[in-house]
Amino acid sequence: MKYAFPLAAVIALVLIALIGVQIPGMQYLFGVAIPYLAMALFLGGFCYRVIYWAKSPVPFKIPTTCGQGYSLPWVKQDKLEAPVNTGQVIARLFLEIFLFRSLWRNTKATVHSGPKLTYESSKWLWLFGILFHYSFLVIIIRHMRYFLDPVPWLVSFVETADSLLEIGSPLMYTTDVVIILGLLFLLARRLFNPQVRYISLSNDYFPLFLILAICITGILMRYGLRTNVDIVAIKQLAVGLVTFSPTIVAEISSLFYVHLFLVCVLLAYFPFSKLMHLGGVFLSPTRNMANDSRMKRHINPWNPDIKPHSYAAYEDEFREDMVEQGIPVEKELPPKAND
Amino acid sequence: MYDSGKIIPGLLIFVLFVTIPIWYNRGTAQAVPEIVLPKDVESCVLPLAAIRSDHMKLLMTWRDDVLRDGDRSTFEIEGKQYQKSLTLTCLQCHANKEQFCDPCHTYVAVRQPNCWDCHFAPVE
Ligand code: HEC
Ligand code: HEC
Ligand code: HEC
Ligand code: HEM
Repeated sequence: MKYAFPLAAVIALVLIALIGVQIPGMQYLFGVAIPYLAMALFLGGFCYRVIYWAKSPVPFKIPTTCGQGYSLPWVKQDKLEAPVNTGQVIARLFLEIFLFRSLWRNTKATVHSGPKLTYESSKWLWLFGILFHYSFLVIIIRHMRYFLDPVPWLVSFVETADSLLEIGSPLMYTTDVVIILGLLFLLARRLFNPQVRYISLSNDYFPLFLILAICITGILMRYGLRTNVDIVAIKQLAVGLVTFSPTIVAEISSLFYVHLFLVCVLLAYFPFSKLMHLGGVFLSPTRNMANDSRMKRHINPWNPDIKPHSYAAYEDEFREDMVEQGIPVEKELPPKAND
Repeated sequence: MYDSGKIIPGLLIFVLFVTIPIWYNRGTAQAVPEIVLPKDVESCVLPLAAIRSDHMKLLMTWRDDVLRDGDRSTFEIEGKQYQKSLTLTCLQCHANKEQFCDPCHTYVAVRQPNCWDCHFAPVE
């Protein structure tokens, strides 16, 4: 039942915006004040989290390797799985971020009668994960047409490519379909896979429901309830927001305010949730360190500053006491001056 | 803080990236394009709010009516009969496509409808 509370929370958020904007004047709260607040929380919270992480020392060299490490010249090193220098680390991180390489290794464990335990490769999570993330990226790039004036070439290009199928009018975007499929798979995985369901918490379901609600309201605005979805007025508001002179020139559908409010909630929630993996992937010691512990000495940053103390210095310090106690010394006491 | 030499520039790049819309517009919103409305008539095919948001759907309905169902019936606006037609109706009143349809579509970067590959826009 861990999914019930987040679902109720998202429904409550939708209702808050839906009812809230009916009150005259509240359009400025939902259209101007909350977006600014959410953006400030997003940027501030993001920097705070990254700096907080950067303050934690990494006592050990702990890259995760999954291939042959650098060794004798005739042993072939796996440069991506056991990187030894910055270039190889960057290559590995790049492929991790853009192709989700570690998810590619995802396996599924099953117990058969016997009992016999088997592991088999399971690439569905990788596939739907990557479909979801790239659709999200494309949707955000396309949305830049509301914020940038004049609209740059790249945004128009992405838009053309995304609507290449030319289905319906307004044209259907491929990513709209794909992101919904991706989200539904990620949700179904948590709901129907017993092991994953067992470890899923409310804060795993909440972002899924929230993003699903954002996409559903967006899709409804485009293909369904277009009444009062005045794109020109919406663009004036969006450009106004980023030029710090926001205006709401016309009556805009409350569906738009719901969409925007949910996005604001997502932005504000982002830095304080698991969604921070966006920044976290760059700061994971298991990913961003080189596997070079036999080439370079890794110094634990929290080591106290201990001065070396050689035996000779030790004997110098305690020689008198040692001689007095009859402990053999390497260097005798200087001869005492005869009285 | 450790590795500040890498993390601070990284964060800076992130913040600059997220705030691209602010740098890109350089603080000034350009004026919304002026579209020239027909002078001799008062009302459009649909009420203003509806035609603004739903004109592409209306065009598709017309096309389907005409092409798939063979329904070329006419309708009346302000005592004049109009066909269900892109060129003969919309562009009758909104005679100049370049000054009416295009500026608005360019402003919000609607993908240029491919209608004009086949349909004629009247030339002045
Ligand atoms: C007030 C601004 C405005 C004017 C004027 C305007 N349009 Fe549009 N039109 C839009 C918007 C906004 C969209 C896209 C809606 C969206 O992206 O959800 C659109 C979409 C369309 C589409 C669908 C294109 C696609 O990519 O799905 C067609 C076709 C279209 N308009 C035809 C016309 C024609 C023909 C005229 C001139 C008679 C015209 N429009 C005038 C704002 C306008
Ligand atoms: C009888 C003449 C006439 C015809 C035919 C006509 N329009 Fe209009 N249109 C108008 C008038 C007049 C207005 C301004 C309405 C107003 O201000 O209330 C208008 C407004 C519009 C607007 C909104 C512009 C704005 O201010 O944002 C759009 C979009 C539009 N028309 C598109 C179309 C399309 C598409 C067609 C064909 C389906 C069409 N019109 C057919 C007369 C016409
Ligand atoms: C491949 C060429 C082609 C394209 C592209 C095209 N049409 Fe057409 N359209 C036609 C033809 C052919 C007819 C039939 C004309 C007739 O029988 O009167 C037609 C008829 C129509 C009609 C009804 C009759 C009339 O006179 O207008 C409408 C409305 C229409 N098209 C709208 C559109 C819109 C809107 C677009 C852009 C989204 C579009 N068409 C794109 C070829 C095309
Ligand atoms: C996390 C960020 C966001 C996501 C995931 C998202 C998602 C979507 C989706 C999936 C659609 C359907 C149509 C399309 O793909 O273009 C949509 C439409 C829309 N979104 Fe968003 N959105 C986001 C942020 C915003 C913001 C900040 C605005 C404010 C300007 C906005 C305004 C709109 C509008 C006006 C539409 C209707 C588009 C149309 O009718 O053509 N969205 N959104």
